[in-house]
Amino acid sequence: MKYLQDIGSYFLMIKKVFGSFTKTSVLKHLIFKEINDLIISSLGIVAFISFFVGGVVAIQTALNMDNPLIPKSLIGFATRQSVILEFAPTFISIIMAGKVGSFITSSIGSMRVTEQIDALEVMGINSLNYLVFPKIVALMFYPFVIVISMFLGILGGWVAGVYGGFSSSTAFISGLQDSFIPYQLFYAFFKTFVFAFILATVPSWQGYYMKGGALEVGRASTNSFVWTSVLIISANYIITQLLLS
Amino acid sequence: MIKVEDVHKSFGEEEILKGITTEFDKGKTNLIIGQSGSGKTVLLKCLIGLFKPEQGKIYYEDKAIQNMDDEEQRKLREEIGMLFQGGALFDSMNIEENVMFPLRMFTKQKKADMLARVNEVLKRVNLENVNKKFPAEISGGMQKRVSIARAIVNKPKFLFCDEPNSGLDPKTATLIDTLIQEITHEYDITTVVVTHDMNSVMEIGEKVVLLKNGKLVWQGTNQEIFKTDNEDVTNFVYSSDLFKKIREVQLKEG
Repeated sequence: MKYLQDIGSYFLMIKKVFGSFTKTSVLKHLIFKEINDLIISSLGIVAFISFFVGGVVAIQTALNMDNPLIPKSLIGFATRQSVILEFAPTFISIIMAGKVGSFITSSIGSMRVTEQIDALEVMGINSLNYLVFPKIVALMFYPFVIVISMFLGILGGWVAGVYGGFSSSTAFISGLQDSFIPYQLFYAFFKTFVFAFILATVPSWQGYYMKGGALEVGRASTNSFVWTSVLIISANYIITQLLLS
Repeated sequence: MIKVEDVHKSFGEEEILKGITTEFDKGKTNLIIGQSGSGKTVLLKCLIGLFKPEQGKIYYEDKAIQNMDDEEQRKLREEIGMLFQGGALFDSMNIEENVMFPLRMFTKQKKADMLARVNEVLKRVNLENVNKKFPAEISGGMQKRVSIARAIVNKPKFLFCDEPNSGLDPKTATLIDTLIQEITHEYDITTVVVTHDMNSVMEIGEKVVLLKNGKLVWQGTNQEIFKTDNEDVTNFVYSSDLFKKIREVQLKEG
């Protein structure tokens, strides 16, 4: 019963987010601030993880190729497929659920605890629009993060494959270009947009409706990571089933 | 003026407000007092629209808030200033931005004009050279004063204060009380203060409303509160040893 209530309150929150709008000049400032907090500040960790995981994917593929008949270009092919289809959109989104999600929950939760949200409401401001809408807009730039992740993941695979002595640069690049299906990029970016929406709204819901004090802010942040991850994994399964099978 | 008519509010099975009827006068500091759990903060939140009463009406200058459409309610809220218990200043903004916030949201003034008004109200609450500091960098008393400055910057008609003295030393508490009363008279606004501090009652209680278990049990001025024989009032007022001794002296002197 509680789960049904939570789902209902989540969708009611979404409706209210798009209700009475905050003044445009204020909103513009808030959107830029959120782009900085949520997108720009995540680039470092995303770049680091993408580069090294791309490298590990290439090494793992190379080490598992015992049969001499399998062409070395498969390393590039496997790296591309793994990075574009799953690693960049899904794995990075799970990491972002930890980084961005807990930041959103704790910042909104702290505002709830210290009556800052009440202060907005008393002033006649739609606090959900003021707090959550800029986050949704900022995270619509999230696919750019994923593009960078894809590029650096493949670059990491190329560096590990070529400089690790597992493949020649020509064979790796040949594998990258082999059997490329543009529709798979559409699939990857479609789910990235869905994950971006989940990343903006689920942690906001957790923070906005939390009750209690500082301890509960911590608890809400943990719940936020768990539920955002669960929803991203579930959405990933459903979208894959619908778009690729 | 704010008129409260038979207001009831419950949370689940528990009825917190049991038919409150009273008036809060314009140009006066109106105090809602009572022990913890008496329903005074719930009444305040009903007044400012954060809680919706199940029964009864709240009139702002003869217009019931329940009968207002969304636009009318939004406009009314622009005329409300609120001082929260903890200040409720926005952590991510400096003092200047905090005080300027209502002006940015509700007016089309130029930045220079807004800045001039911000400096004017900060000066009014005796705060200068703090514009670029963040709330975490100033004391609790200063945060309260900034919060008052933010509440009055847009020239409200109604000012609400939730336990303005909590967490402050007696001297700073007196300063805040005096400031609230001065601003009430200066701007000729309706001020409602929730408190359980008897010093505040004595200093600024131009109208005092006592709540007990969700019911209004007494109302009058701070002068009358020490003269009444109402048992609920005497139990509340003379719960502290200091006031008990004052009472004993008063009775001895007849």
